[in-house]
Amino acid sequence: MTLNDLFQINPYSLSKAEKQKALTQILHELTNKHYKQCREYAKILDALKYNPAKVSSYADLPFIPVRLFKQFELKSVPQEQITKTLTSSGTSGQAVSKIFLDAENVRNQTKTLNEIISSFIGKSRLPLLLLDTEMIKKDRSMYSARGAGIIGFSIFGRNSTYALDENMNIDVDKVAAFFKEHENEPILMFGYTYMIWQFVVRALEEKNISFNAKNAILFHIGGWKKLKDQAVDALEFNRRVQNCLGNVKVYNYYGMAEQLGSVFVECEHGHMHCSNYSDVIIRRAKDFSEANIGERGLIELLSVLPTSYPGHIILTEDEGAILGEDDCPCGRKGKYFKIFGRIKNAELRGCSDTYEKR
Amino acid sequence: MIPMKNVNFILGSENIVHTPLPVYDEDACAFIAEVSAKLMSSPLIRQYPDLSALAFWGRKKNLEKMKNNFGDVSGWLGRGLCFHIAPSNIPINFAFTYWFGLLAGNANIVRLPSKEFPQVEALCAVFKDVIKNYPKIADRTAFVKYLRDDEITAEFCKMADVRMIWGGDETIASIKQMPTKPRCIDVAFADRYSLALIDANAILSASAEEIKKLADNFYNDTFLMDQNACSSPQIILWQNDNPQAREFFWKAVFNAAKQKYVLQDASAVDKYTLMCEEAINNPNFESCSREENLIYREELSKLDKDIVNHRGKSGYFYEYALSDIDELLNVVDEKFQTVTYFGIDGACIHDKLIATNALGIDRIVPIGKAMDIDIVWDGFDLVKVTARKITIS
Repeated sequence: MTLNDLFQINPYSLSKAEKQKALTQILHELTNKHYKQCREYAKILDALKYNPAKVSSYADLPFIPVRLFKQFELKSVPQEQITKTLTSSGTSGQAVSKIFLDAENVRNQTKTLNEIISSFIGKSRLPLLLLDTEMIKKDRSMYSARGAGIIGFSIFGRNSTYALDENMNIDVDKVAAFFKEHENEPILMFGYTYMIWQFVVRALEEKNISFNAKNAILFHIGGWKKLKDQAVDALEFNRRVQNCLGNVKVYNYYGMAEQLGSVFVECEHGHMHCSNYSDVIIRRAKDFSEANIGERGLIELLSVLPTSYPGHIILTEDEGAILGEDDCPCGRKGKYFKIFGRIKNAELRGCSDTYEKR
Repeated sequence: MIPMKNVNFILGSENIVHTPLPVYDEDACAFIAEVSAKLMSSPLIRQYPDLSALAFWGRKKNLEKMKNNFGDVSGWLGRGLCFHIAPSNIPINFAFTYWFGLLAGNANIVRLPSKEFPQVEALCAVFKDVIKNYPKIADRTAFVKYLRDDEITAEFCKMADVRMIWGGDETIASIKQMPTKPRCIDVAFADRYSLALIDANAILSASAEEIKKLADNFYNDTFLMDQNACSSPQIILWQNDNPQAREFFWKAVFNAAKQKYVLQDASAVDKYTLMCEEAINNPNFESCSREENLIYREELSKLDKDIVNHRGKSGYFYEYALSDIDELLNVVDEKFQTVTYFGIDGACIHDKLIATNALGIDRIVPIGKAMDIDIVWDGFDLVKVTARKITIS
């Protein structure tokens, strides 16, 4: 199978055996390609004593730690072919990941995201309310993952309307007008989890304002770290969104700047799903062996998309567990899993760092 | 008067007397010996090996020996007030640095680690109990605890005649910016680089039992402190290299680590990431092998001066086969601290260092002794440098 073959079928249709075969072929080829075309990647694989002849499953293919994209400029195409350099939205002061994309890679990301999202919302373009500020698009100084996400998602809607002004204040009149204009049709909303919580849900609650959408779908991404600090989980988040926006189907999804496009979407049963384009392997920290279903470990992410940079198999610093495969009650094939969040930084003994950092 | 706002005062005197005492003052020695004796007879030392090491060091006999080694103590007094900034992640170090200051005849303000450690609490309780019997010492002691606060630290710095600054380059840089009296002496313990030197023939002729003992000792030098102490070896240099000897050694180390070491998930990722970075970045990277995620061994193709910039933690070791000892001496600089050895004549290395006017390497000790702190540390005789000699003629 090739990526083009995958584009022909429903994104959640491959069963375990079929996927094993398809992904092993595609990812193995990608590994060999990046080995030939990315010098740094080749050095790592040499260090790992990578032997292509010994690969019987994509689980045997080497993974590289996600942090490397912050430290090195890893690319598998000549610089002049790079059309976009994507940076992850790291908090200030931290190093950011740099992802080098060529036209083909961007096209495949868009197409894949399209296949995945439209399998949830249908093929028609719905009125789109973006729960963010338009500034993120206008500020071209940095093509950040957040801006890219907004622009990337915009293709699923029409009449794109930004709910927040340049100071991140919710424009209540604008939002009210949007709901009014589209009150008789399904609408689509998109935003970043924490932004939605802080600048939409909390802001509306403070103003004591609520809307009453009749049939809306919300996709949100970005992770739960900040909300966890405020003891807000998915259930609470969904409930409060529905309280202030109305009848909203809420879909959380997970993706990394390093593997844009092949995102993982949470189904109606609260399970994060791999599509045909991606997979998750949970690894035990003690020896990187593959964990059993239900066992907690480090998340390795696999995606068939990265062609212009060697990010097709990465080891994240997130912890997760596989919940099952091919048997989710929602009917989607593939593995479904749970994310617990980032692993704790190592706390080391030893004599440095006396005068603790503030 | 100690600036008390936001300072948690643990014991001793808030109005610290900073007139000095003689070196190896009788009361100071008796106080240390009594604390040690108390620890020795308490169940605590079985629970905390670091407390046991402290108690062993501070016993009466050892103090007498050190006093004898010092030579003539007459005419020696402390310099005055010593301010100690102890490491935040080695629980018991504060007690050693306090005792060094005390034996030198100084009054001591000791900043304890702000992290909570059960053995620190237990030890402070013993100190509190014993110090009552030694008013002279109590007047010259203040244990303080506070979260990092430059204002408070600056106040203590202004008062100090000696600063003992533990904790590496960053800490030193930030403390050294704080003004002191012109005559104040800084004893600063910078980031250092340490190594192990092993003779492969000695491994081949050792019994299984000896290898196991060696591995346990090596474990204590490295994993016990997450390989993150200055004296923990970063690299293993093999003399008379032999693959079988390496296998025996590492297998035994793996068994020790497997039994005792708790590898944090983040450390597993850090080590794997370091290996990838090294493969890309280090021109001397030859290969890397790993035993689960416990032991990473990076083989170097060449030993050069850049080696001090490559550091592993939590069980990531560099390895290199020496053709002769000069190959090591050629790269030694002032960053080098401890050589731990097995099957090698330590005196021979010692003499070579002197003969070649080496800038670095302050300690040569058998494997297993890397962590044994003593009066002479980092090349300083800590009693002598923090005391004052009055001459008469």
